[in-house]
Amino acid sequence: MNLKIIEKAQIAQFVESIPAKKIAPVKEDGLITFREISSAEEIFWDFLNTRKSPKEFLFPQSERLFRYQRTDHGFEIGLDEIEAEKKALIGLHPCDIKSFLILDKLFDNERYQDNYYIEKRKNTLIIGLACNHPLNTCFCTSVDGGPFSSEGADILLTDLGDRYLMQIVSEKGKEFGSKFKDAQKSDIAEMENRKKQAISSIKTNINLNGLYKKLEEIFEEKIWETLSEKCLNCGACTYVCPTCHCFDIQDEIKADKGIRIRNWDSCMFNLFTKHGSGHNPRTKGFQRMRQRIMHKFSYYIRNFGVTACVGCGRCILNCPVNMDIRGVLNTLIKY
Amino acid sequence: MENIEKSIREEVRKLLGDKSVDVIIGYEMGIIPLRSAPSFIYKIEDTDKLVWNSFCENNLARFTRNREDKIGVIAKGCDSRSLMVLLKEKQIKRENLKIIGVPCRGMIDRHRIEREFSLEGKEILETIEMGEEIILKGLGFERAIKKADYLFISCRLCRHRNPVIYDLLCGEMVAEREEIEDPLLRSFEAMSPDERWAYFLKEISRCIRCYACRDACPNCYCPECFVDATQPQWFGTSQNISDLQMYHIVRAFHQAGRCVDCGACSRACPMGINLRLLLQKLNLDVKNLFDYEAGLNLEEPAPLQAYKIDDSNEFFK
Repeated sequence: MNLKIIEKAQIAQFVESIPAKKIAPVKEDGLITFREISSAEEIFWDFLNTRKSPKEFLFPQSERLFRYQRTDHGFEIGLDEIEAEKKALIGLHPCDIKSFLILDKLFDNERYQDNYYIEKRKNTLIIGLACNHPLNTCFCTSVDGGPFSSEGADILLTDLGDRYLMQIVSEKGKEFGSKFKDAQKSDIAEMENRKKQAISSIKTNINLNGLYKKLEEIFEEKIWETLSEKCLNCGACTYVCPTCHCFDIQDEIKADKGIRIRNWDSCMFNLFTKHGSGHNPRTKGFQRMRQRIMHKFSYYIRNFGVTACVGCGRCILNCPVNMDIRGVLNTLIKY
Repeated sequence: MENIEKSIREEVRKLLGDKSVDVIIGYEMGIIPLRSAPSFIYKIEDTDKLVWNSFCENNLARFTRNREDKIGVIAKGCDSRSLMVLLKEKQIKRENLKIIGVPCRGMIDRHRIEREFSLEGKEILETIEMGEEIILKGLGFERAIKKADYLFISCRLCRHRNPVIYDLLCGEMVAEREEIEDPLLRSFEAMSPDERWAYFLKEISRCIRCYACRDACPNCYCPECFVDATQPQWFGTSQNISDLQMYHIVRAFHQAGRCVDCGACSRACPMGINLRLLLQKLNLDVKNLFDYEAGLNLEEPAPLQAYKIDDSNEFFK
């Protein structure tokens, strides 16, 4: 049976028994944030959303790719050991877990395999937490997700008040379930009940069917300028987003030694598309915001068959000018 | 508040009606509680979108540059001071600008409220502004807070709540406050250099380099920001702490004698970094050294942009 029960009193012990570096939501500096924990007591289980997404644990904001050194007989390249530490990401809501499945398509596909990402991904155990209280800004159900979706998780926990229902989803998750007693019918009914409540509390319903084609057709329309008028073209939305994955490769050189490093980049920035020649195909703010929407809701579907948005609402919550991606999408749909 | 909103809408209708402006930059209802958002109104029939409330936190001077059209802009005290800086620095043309001044009673620090509630696992779903209070409602709770207790720190300390430059005024002038000591700045100044450095490092270690602080700031208008320069490249773009330090230090220096303490940088920061503090320290230094506050008039030369043959500093001669 793949449904188990953990009493709340047992959860700390369970977390601490996981033989990996544990990363979970905690309260820190007034924010709720994912970071490594030293004790299960630190975990803030009742969080609604975290400020940043957990993508940085698979795709760090800055990641060294290799080192090099100039010597008398040419350059010597030093490949770094790829970080392959065992990690457990604990307490991820289904939207954040889904973002990994979306990132997988880019970093690990037939044409291209990014070992830096793949190694971390392989060594990461995902213990999700069903989302009992979706926020007003949440819209996961509009982008093929759901607050109780177990897709992509190894284990999914559901808070049932005094206990957690533990859903063993993957092979990787199996070894952790054996110690716990099986869930009863009443536990499952309680979970179903909470699931129904959570889904019905999501008020946003955006019909994205066919939008990816339409976006291509209205690429040149004036509407983009109107929609983006207040946008500051800062990178807050892209950097808190769990699926935004654009990066920039940089060489940092000191005398004869250098490193090649990969840093997050944002299509919101003017520099993002600036060519070596000085020419920039996206000098205007609206072109950059359009790119963000096109990439998530059109190009990614063309390239990989999925929407590059999980409906977590972080961009809405953290935008300095209160841009609402749901509103933008609805305007485009109606346009 | 309602009267001010009504008066703003009336004036805007007139301005758009007689074509004295092409666009009005004001505030509209935000999509989430505790927020209003910048709004661009081109047609008279859209005028009723404009609002005035305690959530009009954005500095609208930020949107007035690089425009060819005639602009009407809603300006609180701080926005008007930023407009003054931009006028002085010849970034906007006075003749293309209609400043609709609105005396301001301060804006609500949504970060602080969000922090208090989110750390308890609560979401605010609705706010009702009633006189001096705001009622916050969510699932299974309702709490009234006093506005005065929850203003942004820059608003709590503000001594220029009335617009310093305007063409027309909506609402009654408010009494200006006496100078209040900035408690955060005071404790920052009391620290030893090492303690200050440690505090600064801790704050900026959360920086994700989204540059929202820069992009929300009306003063940050360099055609190419120093962090974006590639030929030569002055800074690395990684999360290396020394690059983060350099970004924040250079940005702060670039604001010396120009910052009006509107708080836009801190308000925009998604990571809750107290960006304002460094700038306030520099503002205080400029005040002490040159008896100058930015954005109060057009005549007085900005101290770091002016040269006097009888400068009192020896090294300057």
